[in-house]
Order: sequence, then C-alpha cells, then structure tokens
Amino acid sequence: MAESIITDELKSLIGVDGPESEAEVTTTGCRLFARAVGHTDLIFYDEEVAKARGYKSIVAPPGFLGTTVYKPADAKRASAPPGGLNIPYKRILNGGTTYEYYDSIVAGDVLTSSSHITEFQEREGSVGPMLITWRETTFRRKSDGKVVAKGSSNMINY
Amino acid sequence: MSEQVFWDDINEGDSLPIISPDCSTQQLVVWAGASGDFYQIHYDIPFAENTGLDNIIVHGALKQAFLGRLLHDWAAPDGRIEQFGCSYRGMDYPAEDMSVSGTVTSKYTEGDRHLVDVEVWTENPSGRKTTPGTARVALPTR
Repeated sequence: MAESIITDELKSLIGVDGPESEAEVTTTGCRLFARAVGHTDLIFYDEEVAKARGYKSIVAPPGFLGTTVYKPADAKRASAPPGGLNIPYKRILNGGTTYEYYDSIVAGDVLTSSSHITEFQEREGSVGPMLITWRETTFRRKSDGKVVAKGSSNMINY
Repeated sequence: MSEQVFWDDINEGDSLPIISPDCSTQQLVVWAGASGDFYQIHYDIPFAENTGLDNIIVHGALKQAFLGRLLHDWAAPDGRIEQFGCSYRGMDYPAEDMSVSGTVTSKYTEGDRHLVDVEVWTENPSGRKTTPGTARVALPTR
C-alpha cells in the first residue's frame, strides 16, 4: 500500500465540531417532503390528524430534519470542497447515512446541528484508492436543547 | 398503510409489504425542492452526461426516504422507527421501476422496549439491491 494520505493535518480534524447550523421544521416543509416521498399517512399533512394521534403538530417524515435556513451570503459556500479537506482525490461520492431518533420531530421545531469527523479510513476499491470520511451530526431541538436525532454519514473520495 | 402490526406476531424472516415508489422526473423535481438538493445531475440530462453519467439519477437521500416510508407504513400508527440507514451502492434512473422491500432479521427486548431489526433495500428492475440498509423499529405489544 502506498503512503497514507491521512496526514496529521487530517487527523487533527477528528472530533472537532464544525459551525452550528439551524434548520426549521415547518408545516409546509413536512408536507412537501412527505409528498416528494409519496407518503399517504395524514400525520405528515394534517395537523388535526397528527394531534389526534398524540403529536403536538404535523410530524416530520423519516429522514426530514428541517429546511436549512438560507442566507444569500452562504450561497458561495456551495462551491467549496466538501468539508474543506485537503485530499489528493478529485472525485467524491456520498456513501450513505444512518439516522438515530431520540424523540419525535414536529412542525414548529427549530433544530440546531453541528457535525464532526469521527474517523478516516483508507481502502483499495475497484475504482482505485479511496478515502472514507465518517461524520457524526447531532441535531438538538432549540427550544429545550434536547438531542432529538443523530446522523452518521460517510463520504468517499477517490 | 394497513392494520397495526404487533411485536408478538412478528417472526424473524417476515417480509414487509413491498412499496413501488414513483421515481418519475417530476417526482425528482419535487424532491429537489423538498430536500434543497439542487445538484443538476438529478434533473439536467446534458449536465449529467457531462459528468460521465448515462442519464440523470435518483437522489440517494430520496431512496433513503423511500426506505423510511416502507418502515413507517409497516409500523404505523403506534410503531416507531428508532434508527434507519443505508449505503448507496448503485445508481437508479428515473425511467425504471423501483421496488422497496424489507425483512425482519431479529426480534428482542431492551428494557421495556419491544424491538425488531429489519434489513431494508431498494431494488432495480434487474434485481440489484442499489440501496441496502438496516433499521431498528419499536413495536407495540398486544
């Protein structure tokens, strides 16, 4: 195997939380997400039905963690390299995500989240050498600070 | 959705009712708006071809959300998805029929929670599992 590309610079990023971002869980956001996935359960669309089933408001469908609050000044960040990592591979793939839920998420919630790298892995794949970067994101409900979900995801550079 | 499933009645190896989600280009556009993922490889064919793809592709996160729908439809109204995740192993194209399935792999309790682990996946028309994943679901008891 060639020399490791996991430099001390990369290693120093493990465990360091990135900037906090905020996402709003709105009735419209939940409904649109549910519609995009083809959900038929009315708890994702109708507040009365959701309340009758014991929820405070319209429920966020599985995988929906709010709509990131968009600010025009942030738009240029979209072209920055993902995570800003210094990696000698040009191509990137989203490997997947696992969500763990600790509470229901409903319309009206504001979620704050931040993420950090938990691990780097080097692997020889069919497409050549790859670097897998694992990240954990924690989602807190702003009103009471409770952790409502965690996401564990990986990105593949090759 | 169907009637409530109860933990007592579940056996390892049980299949979840299969769903066949809409992956039309229109649905992908609705998803782009819902998720905020406006990457052009999901709706602009020349752009997708320029990046080396044969066609526009279905968003990975949409496929994951389909897995969430499969689990929700099965466990609702009183079951709860505690964890679900997947790996993106293959591309799916909007003109194809996708099916989304799951199988119960284990059944156990933790404290007062009655849990099942489920293997889930999306499958393309050639039978390839393009988005394999796992989930943990809490179910009510009789």
